[in-house]
Amino acid sequence: MTETITGAQAIIRSLEQLGVDTVFGLPGGAILPTYDPLMDSSKIRHILVRHEQGAGHAAEGYAAASGKLGVCIATSGPGATNLVTAIADAHMDSVPMLAITGQVNSHAIGTDAFQEADIVGITMPITKHSFLVTNAEDIPAVMASAVEIATTGRPGPVLVDVAKDAQNAKFEFSWPPVVEVTPGYKPVTDPHGKQVQAAAELILQSKKPILYVGGGVIRAGAHKELHKLAKLIGAPLTTTLMARGAFPDSDPQHLGMPGMHGTVPAVTGLQKADLLITLGARFDDRVTGDVKTFAKGAKVIHVDIDPAEIGKIRHADVPIVGDAKVVIAMLTQELEKQLKGKKYDISEWWKYIDGLKERYPLGYSDLEDGKLAPQYVIERIGQLSGPEAIYAAGVGQHQMWSAQFINYENPNTWLNSGGAGTMGYAVPAAMGAKVAMPDKLVWAIDGDGCFQMTNQELATCTINQIPIKVAIINNSSLGMVRQWQTLFYNQRYSNTDLHTGTDTAMVPDFVKLSDAYGCLAIRVEKVEEVDAAIKLAMETNDRPVVIDFIVGRDAMVWPMVPAGVSNDAVQYARDAAPIWDGEE
Amino acid sequence: MSQHVLSLLVEDKPGILTRVAALFARRGFNIESLAVGTTEVDGVSRMTVVVNLEGQPLEQVTKQLNKLVNVLKIVELEDDASVARDHMLVKVKTDASTRSQVLEAVTLFRARVIDVVSDSVVIEVTGDSAKCKAFIKVLEPFGIKELVQSGAIAISRGSKSMSEKVLK
Repeated sequence: MTETITGAQAIIRSLEQLGVDTVFGLPGGAILPTYDPLMDSSKIRHILVRHEQGAGHAAEGYAAASGKLGVCIATSGPGATNLVTAIADAHMDSVPMLAITGQVNSHAIGTDAFQEADIVGITMPITKHSFLVTNAEDIPAVMASAVEIATTGRPGPVLVDVAKDAQNAKFEFSWPPVVEVTPGYKPVTDPHGKQVQAAAELILQSKKPILYVGGGVIRAGAHKELHKLAKLIGAPLTTTLMARGAFPDSDPQHLGMPGMHGTVPAVTGLQKADLLITLGARFDDRVTGDVKTFAKGAKVIHVDIDPAEIGKIRHADVPIVGDAKVVIAMLTQELEKQLKGKKYDISEWWKYIDGLKERYPLGYSDLEDGKLAPQYVIERIGQLSGPEAIYAAGVGQHQMWSAQFINYENPNTWLNSGGAGTMGYAVPAAMGAKVAMPDKLVWAIDGDGCFQMTNQELATCTINQIPIKVAIINNSSLGMVRQWQTLFYNQRYSNTDLHTGTDTAMVPDFVKLSDAYGCLAIRVEKVEEVDAAIKLAMETNDRPVVIDFIVGRDAMVWPMVPAGVSNDAVQYARDAAPIWDGEE
Repeated sequence: MSQHVLSLLVEDKPGILTRVAALFARRGFNIESLAVGTTEVDGVSRMTVVVNLEGQPLEQVTKQLNKLVNVLKIVELEDDASVARDHMLVKVKTDASTRSQVLEAVTLFRARVIDVVSDSVVIEVTGDSAKCKAFIKVLEPFGIKELVQSGAIAISRGSKSMSEKVLK
C-alpha cells in the first residue's frame, strides 16, 4: 500500500508509526512544512516551548521519566544550534532522544543561506548518529533507523536534519520502510556465557565485593534483576549520581552515592573493596577521583553495553559486553548454580562497612547566620512527596543535596544532568517528565542560577496545563562555584553573587516573576513555613507552583573529595577527614 | 610510541571522512596518514589509517571507531601479514651535471621519471614508507622543489578478502 504524500507528511506519519505521541518544539522557516501536517495529527501532541533548549531538555526529561524516546523539533540555524546543549547533555547521559531539525533548501546548502547552519557537522561529536536528508524518499527509512539507533544498544541522541525541499517534495510513502539504511549498526546485547561464568567465579572468590551501579542499569530497566542479584550475594552496593533509584535507598545494603560528594561508606567501600562488580557505570572522574589510587586493591568486573567503555579508564579483569538486564539475570543464575545453596559469607567485610555507616552517616548542620538550611528544605520535599514522586534537579549544590537527602526507591524518579552538568536542566526536564507521567508529582529542584537560565518554560507549563512544582533553593549565588571559592580560592568570591536573596536587590524577584508566568508563587524564609508551602504546592494542580526558598549561602556540600585527589582523602566535613582504624 | 595500520570498511556516505577524522582529533589519537578510496563493492569505501599511539591502547581506537554507525569493519594490518605502499611524486632540481646521478638513483629505487624539463624532473615512486624516506634522503642533496605523498594504502596477504564477511 503506497500513498502519495509530502516529505513533511512522511515525517509526521513516520513518527506516528514509530509510536511517538509527544514532541517538544518551536517552528521556524525551514521546518514550516512539517508543522503544517503536525497540526492535523491526532496521535501526536506538540508542546510549543519558548526556547529550543527547553524543547531538548523536555525531551530528555520525558525520556528519562518514562524510559521512552524523547523527541524535539527545531528549525534551521539558530533553532538547531539552540538544541546543541541538550543534545550534548543527552549524549553524555545516554538519553534516547530524536532531534528533528529543518534545513535550508538542498540547493542552498553551503551558500551561507539565511538561517543556515551545518547542524550535522556541529553535532557530530555529540550525537550517537546523525542524518542529513535531501530526498523525500529517504524520510521513512531514515526516521525508522534514527529511532532504532537512539533507543537500542547504549541509548543516545540522534539528529535528523531535513532540507526544506525534501519536506515539500511528494513521493510514494509506504510503511514499514524496506531499505536498511545503517548496515553498520549492530549493538551487542547478549553476553558471552564464559565471561558470565568467570564473573561468578570471581565474585565467589572475593571477600570484599561491592556492587558499583551506574545509570546503565536504569536505562536498561534492570532494577528488578539488580535487586535479585544484590539479595543473592548480600554485597554492599552504591548507586552513582546517574543511578539513584536503581536500588532502594531504604535497603541496608545500599551505602548511598559514591564519588566527589558521595557518602563515606560508599567512597571508602569502593576504595577498600577487593572486587568491583561494575554494572552500567563508566568510572567517571567524579566517581574515581585520582584514577591511579582508585580502588587499588580491587579486581574489576565491568558490565557495559558499550564495548568502548570497558577498559577506557580502568582495566577490567572480567569484561562483559551486553545489556545490563540480560547480563545481571544471567549472572544471578550462574551464581545460584555455582553456590548450590551454600551461603556466600562476607560478614567480616560487613563488619567494616557497618562501622563506617555508623560513624559517618550523611548529615548537615544548621547555619550560623540562622538562615534556612538548604538540605533541610530538600529533605522535607522528599519526605512529604515520597518515593513515587519524580525529582528533576539543576546543576550545583542543590543537585548534590537532592541526590543525598531525598530517598529514592524507584528507577526513573531522579532526573539530572550528570555527565554534562548542564545548568538550566531542571525546569524543562520536569516539564517533559510531567507530560510523560501526568499522574505523578513532579518537582524541579533548582538553584537561583539554574532557574534563570530556562525559567521561560514556566509559560509553556502554564499555557499547556503542565502543573510542575519548582523549588528554588535560593542562596543568592552560584553556590557550588562559591563553595570552591570558599575552599580553594581564599574566599575571594569572584562573580558568584546573583543578588536574588532577601537582603539584596532581589533581581529578579522570583515570586513576582513566577506570578507573571501564571504560577502560584510562594516565598519561604523560615523553617516553620517550609512544610506548609510544600503541602500547598502538592495540593495545587491547576497551575505550576514555584516556591522561592531563601536559604543560607554558607551551606556546603559534604562529604567532599577535592577534584583530582585520591578518594582516600575524602573529607566528611570541612577539615575533617575520617579517622581510619589501624591498618585501614 | 607505537604505530599501527588500520583498515576500515566504511559506507560511502557524506561526512564519513569528517566523522572518522573528528573522532581521532576528539579522542586525542594521532593520525600519521589517512588514505581513502572506493573498493570492489559499490557504496563501500576503504580507509587506511596509520595511527601513532602514545599511552592509549589500540583497542580504544578501534572500539571508538566501531561506534561510528557508518563504519562497517575494522582490521589491524600487521606488518608480517600485509603489504603497505605509499605513492610519492617528487620534483627534483637537475642540471646537465647532476641529471645522470638523479637518473641512477631513479633506477636503483625502481622509480620512474614522468616529466623532464631543462632544470628539473618529476619522479614517481611507490613503496613502503621506509623506501620512500630513503629515496627522499638520496634526492635531498640535489634539491627537492616539491614533494607530494599519498597516505599508505595496505592490504592483507593471502586470498581472504576484508569485505567477504561484512557484505554478504
